[in-house]
Amino acid sequence: MQNLGEAFALALSLVASGDPDLLEIVALSLRVSLSATALACLLGLPLGALVATARFRGRGIVLVVMNALMGLPPVVVGLLVYIHLSRSGPLGFLGLLYTPGAMILAQTILIAPIVAALSRQVLEDLHVEYAEQFRSFCLTRRQVIGALLWDARYALLTVGLAGFGRAVAEVGAVIVVGGNIDHLTRVMTTAIALETSKGDLPLALALGIILLVLALGVNAAVQALRMTAARSAYV
Amino acid sequence: MSDAALSSPGAVRAEAPPPLLPLDVRSLTLQLGGTAILDGVDLSLGAGGCTVLMGPNGAGKSLLLKVLHGLMAPSGGTVSWNGAAPRAATPRQALVFQKPVLLRRSVAANLDFVLRARGKDRDRRAGLLDHVGLGHKARQPARLLSGGEQQRLALARALATDPEVLLLDEPTASLDPASVAAIEAIVGTARDAGTRILFVTHDTGQARRIADEVVFLHRGRVAEQGPAARFFPVPASRPARDYLDGRLVV
Ligand SMILES: Nc1ncnc2c1ncn2[C@@H]1O[C@H](COP(=O)(O)OP(=O)(O)OP(=O)(O)O)[C@@H](O)[C@H]1O
Ligand SMILES: [Mg+2]
Repeated sequence: MQNLGEAFALALSLVASGDPDLLEIVALSLRVSLSATALACLLGLPLGALVATARFRGRGIVLVVMNALMGLPPVVVGLLVYIHLSRSGPLGFLGLLYTPGAMILAQTILIAPIVAALSRQVLEDLHVEYAEQFRSFCLTRRQVIGALLWDARYALLTVGLAGFGRAVAEVGAVIVVGGNIDHLTRVMTTAIALETSKGDLPLALALGIILLVLALGVNAAVQALRMTAARSAYV
Repeated sequence: MSDAALSSPGAVRAEAPPPLLPLDVRSLTLQLGGTAILDGVDLSLGAGGCTVLMGPNGAGKSLLLKVLHGLMAPSGGTVSWNGAAPRAATPRQALVFQKPVLLRRSVAANLDFVLRARGKDRDRRAGLLDHVGLGHKARQPARLLSGGEQQRLALARALATDPEVLLLDEPTASLDPASVAAIEAIVGTARDAGTRILFVTHDTGQARRIADEVVFLHRGRVAEQGPAARFFPVPASRPARDYLDGRLVV
């Protein structure tokens, strides 16, 4: 094992030189987590909007379940997806196990509840403010939801970013269903776990640096969005 | 389909619904949190003109407008818009709220939203904005408008729906004198075009300028209703007299 300073210097040179192996891993990470975020928004936003605007029996229970699912442990999600996708599982015929598709599926399941629960809160707060005016306009449910989604756009973008942040940083789900196969399913977090255990610190550190920068970037984006929204009183 | 079916009485009625007025309100009560906020309101509004609704703070003016508009269900009594229930009459009316709720969009987009939602011609936007003096603010975020400008946008939005009845809840409360005059002129134009106006105000001078008729609400009841020409010189009820003299405390 090299000493830490050396490892860190090597890591920086890997990042600076744009090492192809490194780039491949980063690209796959982004592809998987961005796809999962998009799918989770496609599922979670309409669900959040429906629950935010509807009053029905058992709504309280739905809210509790939605909030509880936000804390799903990634490895458990990985395990459930694994069971379904394994050769003998109900979805085994898809042949998705140990492919990026499986990883996208697992991360989607992991973060869709986050998007649904957070957007439900955002949209419900807005609906409380708008409801009376909207009833005066005699809007249909579809028009109400459309208006809420658009008017909450900045808050919902930060919800999406929160989901992406969670997806790109998790390791448990993708390692179980993806298997960390070189050039196929190796993403940043699984590579860090593996390379660290193998003692290849420079690559692990290089990926760690990139993950940190990504996390910072996501937070900066959230901050910038908030400020943009506030400038126009669109928050 | 035969010609007979096309010209059946039913088809004709669907194109031209019966007028919304007269409005008939009988023994209307509204209970909120255990207290009767509206406590036996009796009120009739005939076709046409501008009725000003006055009364001290907390008399129930805003809530009465919401009940008439179909936004709140009364606890008792009846509200009949020429036979139609308030909820059925909502689409043919517009209510400008005491605190307007503007969408988090530009001024123009706020109008576009209503025009599109109600199936109106989007080309009317510029005309409506000019009508309320906001033509030069079309691109600005609506929620950055001043209080008076927000009121004017809310009024333009209400007019965009071509209401037969226009309910206005203190639409000039935060406006400068020139804007007050502008709003009064706009409302007057709508009134002259046949829109029935119900206008809440605390401004006695304004009430004298615009009212054909006055309804005075006190403690959740109509203390007095009468033509403006009679109400202002000789108010019949004690609360109205005290109010006009600046002596009425809720
Ligand atoms: N949701 C509510 N629950 C309980 N009480 C309410 C509610 N909304 C209004 N009230 C009460 O009903 C009374 C009448 O309210 P309303 O807003 O109609 O008064 P108003 O005549 O419009 O007064 P102002 O001139 O100040 O606008 C007030 O005393 C208010 O506190
Ligand atoms: Mg009021």
